[in-house]
Amino acid sequence: MQDIRNQTMTDTALKAEKISVYYGSTLAVKDVFLDIPRNQIVAFIGPSGCGKSTVLRCFNRMNDLIPSARVDGNILFDGENIKRFDPVELRRRVGMVFQKPNPFPKSIYENIAFGARINGYQGDMDELVERSLKGAALWDEVKDKLKESGLGLSGGQQQRLCIARAIAIEPEVILMDEPCSALDPISTLKVEELMHDLKMQYTIVIVTHNMQQASRVSDKTAFFNAQATEAGGKMGYLVEYDETQVIFSNPREEYTRDYVSGRFG
Amino acid sequence: MTAELPLNDIAPGTWKPNRGRSETIQLIIKIICGAFATISILTTIGIIGTLIFEAFSFFGNLPSELSKDSEQVSYMQGVIHFLTAGRWTPLFASKQFGIFVLISATLMITFISILVALPLGLLAAICLSEYASPKIRKVLKPVLEILAGVPTVVYGYFALLTVTPFLKTFFPVEGFNSLSAGIVLGIMITPMVASLSEDAIYSVPQSLRDGAYALGGTKRETVWSVVLPAALSGIVSSLILATSRAIGETMIVTLAAGANPTLGFNPFVPVMTMTAYIVQVTKGDAPHGTIAYQTLYAVGITLFLITLALNIFSFWFVRRFRQKYD
Repeated sequence: MQDIRNQTMTDTALKAEKISVYYGSTLAVKDVFLDIPRNQIVAFIGPSGCGKSTVLRCFNRMNDLIPSARVDGNILFDGENIKRFDPVELRRRVGMVFQKPNPFPKSIYENIAFGARINGYQGDMDELVERSLKGAALWDEVKDKLKESGLGLSGGQQQRLCIARAIAIEPEVILMDEPCSALDPISTLKVEELMHDLKMQYTIVIVTHNMQQASRVSDKTAFFNAQATEAGGKMGYLVEYDETQVIFSNPREEYTRDYVSGRFG
Repeated sequence: MTAELPLNDIAPGTWKPNRGRSETIQLIIKIICGAFATISILTTIGIIGTLIFEAFSFFGNLPSELSKDSEQVSYMQGVIHFLTAGRWTPLFASKQFGIFVLISATLMITFISILVALPLGLLAAICLSEYASPKIRKVLKPVLEILAGVPTVVYGYFALLTVTPFLKTFFPVEGFNSLSAGIVLGIMITPMVASLSEDAIYSVPQSLRDGAYALGGTKRETVWSVVLPAALSGIVSSLILATSRAIGETMIVTLAAGANPTLGFNPFVPVMTMTAYIVQVTKGDAPHGTIAYQTLYAVGITLFLITLALNIFSFWFVRRFRQKYD
């Protein structure tokens, strides 16, 4: 019995059960069912306004910060409903990297140390900063200027600093919301390589507009689409969720096939 | 293909752009704007020029005023007297011109007002921008701005007739004192600090707040460790602007702090600030051309230099510490 429970715990990091998100009275995303397997990379793809980011932000309850947002349905994290978590504790264990690099206007060192400090890290801070920056493949570039402002770095370096900041607090899952959309191709490549390395330790969910990126980095892919509502808005829903290889070579749905072959979106 | 381009079919003369006329209008507008810009610059130059000119003649006349039969006073000694003497009595028979007497009063009252306005204004700004619900914010912000619209003479009477009697129950204050004036001056500049700081805090990008929350930050940690440091340059510059305003403020200090030039930093006794002195002299005690009249300009230029220095510092500080977010 114990074995079976451990088995399920290690298999699924996050489980979305019939998630619907409302902004005010507008339904933005409807009835999403999704299992995020542990130590894999799951990509969310789909056209603009289909609710990929909205669903992503449910996993660490960032939608709580938007007064008008309401999330229906349940998300299980390690088998436990995230509504029962303190959001602060949940966000420590489910980290997030945003679309636009958003380093704090502090030194590179302090950018990393901030999260550790507020979460009561008792160990050697210098060592943690070095380890996190190495983990984000940024150490060699910044080791001589740790006291300089994080805002002085290039866009790609800033984004890796944000990844370093996220892994410094040792989360179990990292949510990435279009982490490369503001980066040039070389920085993008570096971040993608980094994701491959991070997969050993973390579960990663990445929202991306870039289908090549999804096919390069992910193990599983979820395709979201939007349909027009009667009120004139858009409502997102999950079309298909499968192994990345299946989504890109032999999807079940017509919509998915059209999207991944570039016929719309 | 060419047949589909409608532009080719249009008869000549359909479009007549009036290039010549728009250039003339452009020129006229340029001249008008230039004239008004020049007027404001000339006015400023004129004021500063008068200040400097009259201040120079003050320092030119100062030695003869200070000289007694037995000893002659040089120009340099006059300046040194101005900066170091311990008394300010230009309207009395035995004239002394120690400007620091007035500066000390101004500094003390300004300091007290900042002690009041910094915590009040900053906490109000944080409360409004980070903690208040949109409804409360909608009510509170206009109320705060109404406070900025109260005439300073009303504040002056408030200080003299309400705050001073109240202070008397706790401290040995006299009828006119700098403590009361400083506190009320602080209340007067609080809306300025609050409003400008609130703008600075509000303009910190939401992405920074999200970043802090996503790392498991609580509201308090996010506000105090991320948002406030990011808004620091704006907060400091609001404070410096408020300080300049406090230094130049006249009505409150004239009414509530008294007209008794006293050297020292005792907040319980009557003092005379630079602005209060200017009021006293311009009310007509000093005939044109006398040394007492010229002291106006000496005090005026001192006041001007102090606020100018503050503004330059604020300008430098904001440029040095401002964070650029695209």
